[in-house]
Amino acid sequence: MSAKRRIKKSAVPEMTQQPIVVPKPSPKRFYGQGIPGVEFERLTGKLIVVEGADGSGRSSQIANLVQWLESSGHATVQVGLKRSTLVSEELNQAQQGNILSRITLSLFYATDFADQMENIILPALRAGVMVLADRYIYTLMVRDMVRGMDEEWLKNLYGIALIPDAVFYLNVSPEELIQRNFAKNYSLDYWESGMDLGLSRDLFDSFLKYQALVEKQFKRIQATYGFTIVDAHRSIDEINDELRSEIESVLRE
Amino acid sequence: MKTFAELGFPGRLIAVEGIDGSGKSTQIHLLKRWLELQQAKVFFSEWNSSELVKSATSKGKKRELLTPTTFSLIHATDFADRYERQLVPLLRAGYTVLCDRYIFTAFARDTVRGCPSGWVRGLYGFAAVPDMVFFFKANLEVSLKRILNGRPELKYFEAGMDMKFSNDPYESFRIFQGRLLEQYLAMSTEFNFLVIDANQPVEVQQSVVRQLVGARIKPKRKALQTR
Repeated sequence: MSAKRRIKKSAVPEMTQQPIVVPKPSPKRFYGQGIPGVEFERLTGKLIVVEGADGSGRSSQIANLVQWLESSGHATVQVGLKRSTLVSEELNQAQQGNILSRITLSLFYATDFADQMENIILPALRAGVMVLADRYIYTLMVRDMVRGMDEEWLKNLYGIALIPDAVFYLNVSPEELIQRNFAKNYSLDYWESGMDLGLSRDLFDSFLKYQALVEKQFKRIQATYGFTIVDAHRSIDEINDELRSEIESVLRE
Repeated sequence: MKTFAELGFPGRLIAVEGIDGSGKSTQIHLLKRWLELQQAKVFFSEWNSSELVKSATSKGKKRELLTPTTFSLIHATDFADRYERQLVPLLRAGYTVLCDRYIFTAFARDTVRGCPSGWVRGLYGFAAVPDMVFFFKANLEVSLKRILNGRPELKYFEAGMDMKFSNDPYESFRIFQGRLLEQYLAMSTEFNFLVIDANQPVEVQQSVVRQLVGARIKPKRKALQTR
């Protein structure tokens, strides 16, 4: 071993390199009873979640974090809602037709989440990879809570979720979200406007009301789930600096 | 947990449960025929039959993508779709709803697959319990013979192959059904199962079923057709 290393050092021209931090594994657990058969000691990677409405800048932040983490020598994997092999296609179809009832839609999303939990998140964490989640159970729970679903039922359902190492909620006011959505594609999404709730027939009004309800629920569950509320009205770089410094401390934990 | 009658629904829900080969589907079919002949408003619903969820379920099963957790969730999704879109509205309209398997099938199967029992029961917490549950208690060997005599092609999940009980599908099926039977028996008192001795002739069982239903349920009839 030591001989091999010596040879390598002399053969390779010296390159300037920051020392790569090897993250310390942190103890993991599920929110509830969890998924059967998971050995926590083997989950050496870190799970980092970015939450926030459409237009809060989630994808830009995640793209920047991936860039930064990989250049710092960490392997990354990304997950997000409606990305499972098992049901993403069917879920999209059902949502377009707006044909599923509330509990059914909720369970369909939970199936999508569980499939990614077991087939992507857990294997990646076992391989020591940094998992970046573009939304997690909080969005799913908040959406349902706004629609009057039983909180205890949701807590039990998402007891299968692993507690992340860091959760950031990118908080943007509904008014600013409207501006960002229009700047991007001149339109507001049916579901992101909560049109199924019948808050208003007017899409604009409904969006403002719905996003305010969502924000309220996020802030209410913040203490329980211990996530960091990030003021996302600032510039992309400013926000990313904040996320990085928090993640750096997670890596050293 | 409350029954539909306790919740004030005008309709009633009757479910049949039991392991594969216990003859429960035959019995519920005969019950349905009997009720129909009385001009009753009857609806029949089968486990795992929601059109919406079907393509995901069959993909998951075909490609063996399902884990105990996703197996459980996708069946709960299927049940919720039928429950919210069909069962509840029909029960509100006074129908007698007959279910070939109900939440107890999930309780038994998912628990055998290793899901925590409290979690599984919580998933189905939105559902009311049936007004009557018939449990067809058959001898394990008799049920196995009924299914296995034709040496049918057993499907992967049906045989519980995902549990790795055995590499032989027939042996795996036997072990799996045995475990399910244990789970059913354990739930029997808690959920007031009406236990029917499924080793008896079809006719004997059916007359007990009809007697019990007749004593407890007065099915709403279809409105007379005016010509």
